[in-house]
Amino acid sequence: MVRFKVKNIITLTMYEVRFHGRGGQGAVTAANILAIAAVKQGFYAQSFPYFGVERRGAPVQAFTRIDDKKIDVRMNVYNPDAVVVLDPSLMDVIDVTEGLKEGGIIVINTAKKPEEFNLGNYKVATVEATKIALEHKLGSMAAPIVNTAILGAYAKAVGNVKIEYVLEAIRENAPAKKEENALAAKDAYEQTVLGW
Amino acid sequence: MKAMIRGNESIAYAFKLARVKVIPAYPITPSTLVPEKISEFLANGEMDAEFVPVESEHSAISAAIGASAHGVRVGTATASQGLALMHEVLFIASGMRLPIVMGIGNRALSAPINIWCDHQDMMSQRDTGWMQFYAESNQEGLDLGIMAFKIAEDERILLPAMVGIDAFVLTHTVEPVDIPEQKDVDDFLGEFVPHYVTLDPEKPATLGSFGFPEYFMEFKYGQWIAMERAKKVIDEVFEEFHNKFGRKYSKVTPEFLEDADIVLVTMGSMTSTTREFVKKLRKEGKKVGLLKLTTFRPFPKEELRALLKDVPVVAVVERNISFGFGGAVYAELAATFANESKKPKIIDFIVGLGGRDITFKTLNEVVGIAEKALKEDVDEVNWIDVNKEAVLKAEGLL
Repeated sequence: MVRFKVKNIITLTMYEVRFHGRGGQGAVTAANILAIAAVKQGFYAQSFPYFGVERRGAPVQAFTRIDDKKIDVRMNVYNPDAVVVLDPSLMDVIDVTEGLKEGGIIVINTAKKPEEFNLGNYKVATVEATKIALEHKLGSMAAPIVNTAILGAYAKAVGNVKIEYVLEAIRENAPAKKEENALAAKDAYEQTVLGW
Repeated sequence: MKAMIRGNESIAYAFKLARVKVIPAYPITPSTLVPEKISEFLANGEMDAEFVPVESEHSAISAAIGASAHGVRVGTATASQGLALMHEVLFIASGMRLPIVMGIGNRALSAPINIWCDHQDMMSQRDTGWMQFYAESNQEGLDLGIMAFKIAEDERILLPAMVGIDAFVLTHTVEPVDIPEQKDVDDFLGEFVPHYVTLDPEKPATLGSFGFPEYFMEFKYGQWIAMERAKKVIDEVFEEFHNKFGRKYSKVTPEFLEDADIVLVTMGSMTSTTREFVKKLRKEGKKVGLLKLTTFRPFPKEELRALLKDVPVVAVVERNISFGFGGAVYAELAATFANESKKPKIIDFIVGLGGRDITFKTLNEVVGIAEKALKEDVDEVNWIDVNKEAVLKAEGLL
């Protein structure tokens, strides 16, 4: 599909995160929970899905904006500060670094180590979110729910939203298995490998 | 209570807090979450109301009329084609002077099929006799939803009202919203007690019957008077809300207007991004202001005349188009100044149709043309962020 592309001409001061997942993996919920955690910590936050048609298995995007003041911007996120990849198979079909700011952070759900990725100037953090999710019986082998585990990795790698607020937000907002989801995030936080 | 909720949930909370008694609804993207959330409230026993699942939007608004004519508070929600399908019935609701409140997830109309944001759906219902409010944020969606009942039910008014929340940009965006306490909303709204004839099996009456030429115009003149009176009632209700809940609303909200050479007129969620952009321009020393239009019906002519008469250039930035003329807001603003001796140069900008993102680049282009308009004539109607070359080629003009 040919899209008429617009580029943001002004750098925003707030922190912007883009989540990449597949329909059904919980990327939108992850973005929402991160926003809720940020607000718990005292920030202002906003989260929204890529305004598209939802289909199970199709690539989806969701976004979180975090700032220490009220967010007065409602356009799409073009230049995120961090990117979170829930499904590494997406990296074969789309450029997850598109628009990512210089020196930005990429958090990837993978069994690989950060140095195995050749992503130029970006900081790569990896976590075996799928393995952790299955250990806590979140989803099935065919469709593991990795969104809460990956948030633990986000807290470790990015650090602007602290793990305790992420855990609190998960416990309050996970649609099911609240404690298992929180434990998955905690394990992921501890097992995240930082490539810098 | 501060909560992180979506715009659709704001509308659902407004209905819950207003103790709406009947909600007939038919789901449509992007407002489906409104009836979903209400169903959840009902299932959890948090809300005491009758949910009426219907087979179409035409039926939803028809059921709303029946329930409202019985004399209870009624709310519903829809969007786009759903609102268009309601069209003929909307006139009946306003003609019968029924204070129904409807949340609209402002979405484009087909074709081509598009589920994303613009204001074409509500603008196309401009002449149905409903009051129209446009929310900038989820907080405004909730607050306007509550206030709409108080305005609609005021005995000087008795007209239905729509509250627009932009598709996805608000309906699906999670952000912090201050949800008022139930007792405070109870105090503010009071119980809805109609002091007019309602449908009651004990006291049979005919409502919405035939209006012969001898009477018809008087009914319409009554609606005209009510809509004119709504201007003052809206101010009163906004003021009362401000005193009680601390959040200030007005039909038009001026920002950075003093000494402005250019004023951007906006509606709905685009106002946020525009405010951020205007702040940046002000820092650069550019004399640009912002005027947010919250109330489109009744159209706040008097305030607009007072605020804009000395402004050199007014740029109307709008998400709708009336083919063969221009944007609806532009048309009305231009008409508002038609008989004035002091008036701004008014330029129209069509942006963000069908969910095209409204960015700083969009607004930069708008301001660029408005700056040119300070010195010379520019096009009356300007389409921004459009691949004009491709269209002109397809139309055989290039």
